[in-house]
Amino acid sequence: MSFQTFLQHLVNGISLGSLYALLAIGYTMVYGILRLINFAHGDIFMLATYIAFYSITTFLLPWWAAFLIAIILTALLGILLERAAYRPLRNSPRISIMISAIGASFLIENLAIVFFGGRPKAFPIAPIFSKIVRIGDVSISIVTIIIPIITVIALVILNFIVNKTKTGMAMRAVSKDYDAAKLMGININHIISFTFGTGSALAAIGGIMWALKYPQLIPLMGVMPGLKFFIAAVIGGIGNIKGAVLGGFILGLGEIAIVASSPALSGYRDAFAFILLIIILLVKPTGLLGQNSAEKV
Amino acid sequence: MKREKVIQSLISIAAVIILLVILNKVLTPFQARIFNLGGIYIILAISMNLINGFVGLFSLGHAGFMAVGAYTSALLTMSREAKEMNFFLEPIVPWLLDVQLPFPIAIIIGGLMAALAAALIGAPVLRLNDDYLAIATLGFSEIIRVIFTNTQSLTNGALGLKGLPYIGVTDSPKEAIWWIWGLVIITIVFMVLLINSTYGRAFKAIREDEIAAEAMGINLFKHKMMAFIIGSFFAGIGGALLGHYMNTIDPLLFRYLLTFNIILIVVLGGIGSITSSVISAIVVTIAQELLRVLDGKMQIGSLIINGVPGTRMVVFSALLMLVILFYQRGLMGTNEFSWSWFKKLPFKTKKAKIS
Amino acid sequence: MALLNTDKLTIKFGGLTAVSALDLVINQNEIIGLIGPNGAGKTTSFNMITGVYTPTSGTVVFEGKDITGMKTHEITKLGIARTFQNIRLFGQLSVLENVLIANHMRFGSNLLSAVIKTPSYLKKEKAVYEKSMELLRAVGLDDLKDEVCTSLPYGKQRRLEIARALATDPKLLILDEPAAGMNPQESLELMEFIREIRDKYNLTILMIEHHMAVVMGICERIYVLDYGVKIADGTPSEIQNNQKVIEAYLGVE
Repeated sequence: MSFQTFLQHLVNGISLGSLYALLAIGYTMVYGILRLINFAHGDIFMLATYIAFYSITTFLLPWWAAFLIAIILTALLGILLERAAYRPLRNSPRISIMISAIGASFLIENLAIVFFGGRPKAFPIAPIFSKIVRIGDVSISIVTIIIPIITVIALVILNFIVNKTKTGMAMRAVSKDYDAAKLMGININHIISFTFGTGSALAAIGGIMWALKYPQLIPLMGVMPGLKFFIAAVIGGIGNIKGAVLGGFILGLGEIAIVASSPALSGYRDAFAFILLIIILLVKPTGLLGQNSAEKV
Repeated sequence: MKREKVIQSLISIAAVIILLVILNKVLTPFQARIFNLGGIYIILAISMNLINGFVGLFSLGHAGFMAVGAYTSALLTMSREAKEMNFFLEPIVPWLLDVQLPFPIAIIIGGLMAALAAALIGAPVLRLNDDYLAIATLGFSEIIRVIFTNTQSLTNGALGLKGLPYIGVTDSPKEAIWWIWGLVIITIVFMVLLINSTYGRAFKAIREDEIAAEAMGINLFKHKMMAFIIGSFFAGIGGALLGHYMNTIDPLLFRYLLTFNIILIVVLGGIGSITSSVISAIVVTIAQELLRVLDGKMQIGSLIINGVPGTRMVVFSALLMLVILFYQRGLMGTNEFSWSWFKKLPFKTKKAKIS
Repeated sequence: MALLNTDKLTIKFGGLTAVSALDLVINQNEIIGLIGPNGAGKTTSFNMITGVYTPTSGTVVFEGKDITGMKTHEITKLGIARTFQNIRLFGQLSVLENVLIANHMRFGSNLLSAVIKTPSYLKKEKAVYEKSMELLRAVGLDDLKDEVCTSLPYGKQRRLEIARALATDPKLLILDEPAAGMNPQESLELMEFIREIRDKYNLTILMIEHHMAVVMGICERIYVLDYGVKIADGTPSEIQNNQKVIEAYLGVE
């Protein structure tokens, strides 16, 4: 492999990794607070792309307005999802909540099939996103460069919210000790809604960038990526935002490395995430940056 | 007491056989097909209920084990000509070309291969708990699918296998009733005997409280493994039957959606009850068949309504959500069918206990 | 030889040392008390002895065998049974089933014979049923055998936990606050009961208890923990007069 192709792959890997990172954060935030795998996160991600799609094609909005609307609506949908499917079960056995999450995920997917149709739709890409930049001998699409930049910006903002604001402090408190936080007068419902809203907004940002990169929309497009985002979160240590970022990059770079190293292996690309997951869970069950916690007996 | 129970069980089985004879006479071939599909789903639901309902392991790997069973049984029963027709992109591995076993043996080998896969997979993942187990089993089921898509000369890859021999020898749904429902009865009897044994009690103890179960000397890993392997064996059998029933299999059939379908049956019925899995499997299968009209054209009088594909699954996902949100016990919670129902019936309708 | 002894048993959680260099010696047929203020590390010590936690350092020796780091179920099989501070019964199952389950470990039938119900399996099943009923009679719960165990009142749940632990045929029985939530009359009965089962089943008993009347009335020797450190051990009267113990419980002026 020439140095040039290596660079090409590296850039692609970083770009894919930042997408995974951004989306893994949504999983990790929800898990940190509710100890719940939000199986529907991948479907929220799918909805964002369709909202953007219809805003542009049916309502003829400029791309930036469409993206903004998609982000806002998706955040609201995330909040709605938690209210409808998770809040009533907050004190139920975990298996019930998990089934509810799976049920919600299938409901959204099937509603999407009914309303959006099962056939793929081509995502309209504004001309400014389809430019190709050449740096030396490496040619990169502008989207590939934008993705990591947006990810970094989103991370900085999120980091500020979590560490510097009152809401962020409350979020951290709830994730450390749900009951104690409640006793301290934190409005748990607000914090959980806020977490779902933020996580879903990040899913929307990620979804839109995903659509710019892979501009084909189908109702089931969130399933496989959704599982990978979760895996990225687990690899890094679930509940830990830095871990989610780390996990995202490991997964993204790893996948590109597999495809790049041998065409024969590229069919196994989707299996890589799961194999990596199982290895990590066996070697360090709490993930790379996760903390140990023992169950109280 | 014991003797009474044995006699009651034998009467139940005899009653089911008589019912099957009658159904065999009255059902149209189309209805018989749906009835058979219901039977296959019973086997699948019970096998999932053993793992998820009785031991309390949240495993999402069912579709993967079904795939193993289905492919094994398909490759072992197809004729040389059928295999040569299917494998046109890349020839089949030579050692499989001429293998053709009778259908019952192939199905059992299918189950055993699924059990073997479960043993290999269970060793690492059953040490994980709750969420991680769910995602890891789901992952494994996906890995199996990815592997089957890529092993062209063994599974014919994404093209799948076409022309699987139908269940039985005469190619008729009526004969298949006997095969499928025979296996249903065997599965139910086996599970009931297992659940009502000291091992069944150990399984339930693990479900109730892992820490206490281990403190009572129950080897958690060993018992989880047992249930996982047994459940997967029956999942493999169910998968094999499904393959023969559908005549065609490909990796896409064994997506996570298939696992979801079985979860749906188990949850609607009641997690942790064999009886409810049986009833729920039949009801859901028939309902899915009836609601097929939602996806296609409907004619009410002179009015023609164009159905939207996917509506049927919306109904079922919504139903699952409603049950889990508002009526978690499902159809009958963890209760089981028992003859004491009839004894009590004239006096009061009290909840039946596991006898 | 002591039945159980721990040597410099220590466990750290992160930076916190929950139990530090604990030495216990427990002889055959003794009833030993382990007391101390809340958070002193009593339950944590039990968890190390029963294999729930792996100690950071130190050893646990049972009947001359080093059992440090063994799995909980292996330790139970060797003959250490326990109850839990925050009752851990098998909630949805019946009283009888709870006790039957504890017999599984020594049942000795393989899966196949259990499923096809061989004569030898049925014979064992009958023996186990009778043994469990006898234990339920011993704790006075035999007429409640078909009740769902969570429907029992608190005191009866505690007794069921003891019956369940006894069903594993232990040599050492570890009780974590058996008298918690009981009134004085019930506590008295419990003391009597513990003595009885000790004699009847040839047991050795190690218990955590906060009811001083119970501890002083029944234990032959007592260990006192404070902040994870053993501050005293001796007979009840020695402990009652120990200045350090009084300070630990009442605080220093």
